[in-house]
Amino acid sequence: MSPGERAAHVARSSYGRLLAILASRSGDIATAEDALADAFRLALEHWPKNGVPDNPEAWLMTTAKNRRLDVMRRAARSPVTTVEELPDFIDDVEEPEDIPDRRLQLMFVCAHPAIDAGLHTALMLQVVLGFEAADIGRSFLVSPAALQQRLVRAKRKIKDTRIAFVIPARSDMPERLASVLESIYGAYALSWLRDATAQDMTGEALYLAKVIAGLMPQEPEVLGLCALLSFIHARQKARGGHQVYIPLHEQDPSQWDAKLIAGAEKLLVQAAQTQNLGRYQLEAAIQHAHMLRVRDGATNWRVILALSEGLCRMFPTAGAHAERIAAIAEVAGAEVALNELERFQTSLESVFQPVEALRAHLLAKLQRVDEARQSYSKAISVTVEPAVRQWLQRQADGL
Amino acid sequence: MRYTFLLYSNPADFANLTPEDWAKEKEVYGAYIGALNQAGVFVSTDWLQPVETATTLTMAGGKRQVQDGPFAATRETLGGYFVIDVPDLDAALAWAEKCPAAQYGKIEVRASAMDSM
Repeated sequence: MSPGERAAHVARSSYGRLLAILASRSGDIATAEDALADAFRLALEHWPKNGVPDNPEAWLMTTAKNRRLDVMRRAARSPVTTVEELPDFIDDVEEPEDIPDRRLQLMFVCAHPAIDAGLHTALMLQVVLGFEAADIGRSFLVSPAALQQRLVRAKRKIKDTRIAFVIPARSDMPERLASVLESIYGAYALSWLRDATAQDMTGEALYLAKVIAGLMPQEPEVLGLCALLSFIHARQKARGGHQVYIPLHEQDPSQWDAKLIAGAEKLLVQAAQTQNLGRYQLEAAIQHAHMLRVRDGATNWRVILALSEGLCRMFPTAGAHAERIAAIAEVAGAEVALNELERFQTSLESVFQPVEALRAHLLAKLQRVDEARQSYSKAISVTVEPAVRQWLQRQADGL
Repeated sequence: MRYTFLLYSNPADFANLTPEDWAKEKEVYGAYIGALNQAGVFVSTDWLQPVETATTLTMAGGKRQVQDGPFAATRETLGGYFVIDVPDLDAALAWAEKCPAAQYGKIEVRASAMDSM
């Protein structure tokens, strides 16, 4: 690895670890970010000339602390340290094992209930992974300037209202953990316009899920989320990119990432040992069952129906109901499923794209062509993803 | 049916933007316009001058009254609009939800009155 590559590698794995340490005592994320950015900049200047230090994390940490001290001294109008005070190759700095991992605390701060829930995901991508607001904005189609302002305000609030960098108490844990997991899941789901120019954040979401699974292996839902995102991510190549949409049952399983699938299977088994079932474990199990069914016919629709019924009892979202009704269609026929769907649809306040697309599919199966056509055009009208819209149009054209 | 999105945002969020920042803003809105175009629903859009430049006119009371300033002063002010052409309000709301301004401001969705005239 070249020094530049080495710095980039250290950046991804170390950014959040270092930022968490730098910010945890003062609660001042913004100042810690500035100091860390300075340290990375200096690393890119010095490492190519002098070689990469044996312990790059410790070098960055010491440099960032010195930079922050400089800023405080400058504010106090006292003498300033110079670049010559950069740490010599690691004698007087902390060893890597001395740098504890406080990223978990940092994640709980980012997804704190006092911070606007709409900002949790962006805040986490910025402070744990070091993304700039402009990159996050471009990926999720959010105004970069407005996002930047809101992130600045959130960080100021964390500092000024002293939101503590701690692991929540046991009594608060379920709710607090749920919002951390929700925001990681959100990072995966947000990219609606699969534009080639925007950075794909799905890999970053999976990375965050892996980090938290490593830090909280005793929490089954944490493992469940990591398994869920792994199963979905394993199909990324087979899904057709941003140009076309290939649904799961039309995919070529040999294009799935076998290593990622095997890892996710292990996580699910590990989670199941706690005998504490939850939303993400169930969603992961449903994804897994679909994949086994398509790949080697190992699972039948009854298993998927039972899992999705369980999900509806535990976490009754419209998406879970769509999943359940799709399974009913396979087990009990399209007619039964359509009745169930129309009964469910009356409880919805607005049109939900997956439910309308499923309705069109069921009507087509029942040869009710005119109604199916109408339903497809309704579904298409509320679909914003270009590739999905094209796929639905092809189904409608095939009637 | 034509629907107009009125984009309300807080001008404080856009104070002190550099030309590079503006380029990034344009890129995000450009992608949204591209998506609307690709779906065949785009009609028109504009980015408006700051609210300080607004002039309000009324003919209420039978007399033309011109006033310097916006109609109502709140924290959010009208900053732009989109006109799209989609079958119904559900579709309009699906697109309004994806408008970059929805993430930080308010979007007023209004159906066109032309068809009922």
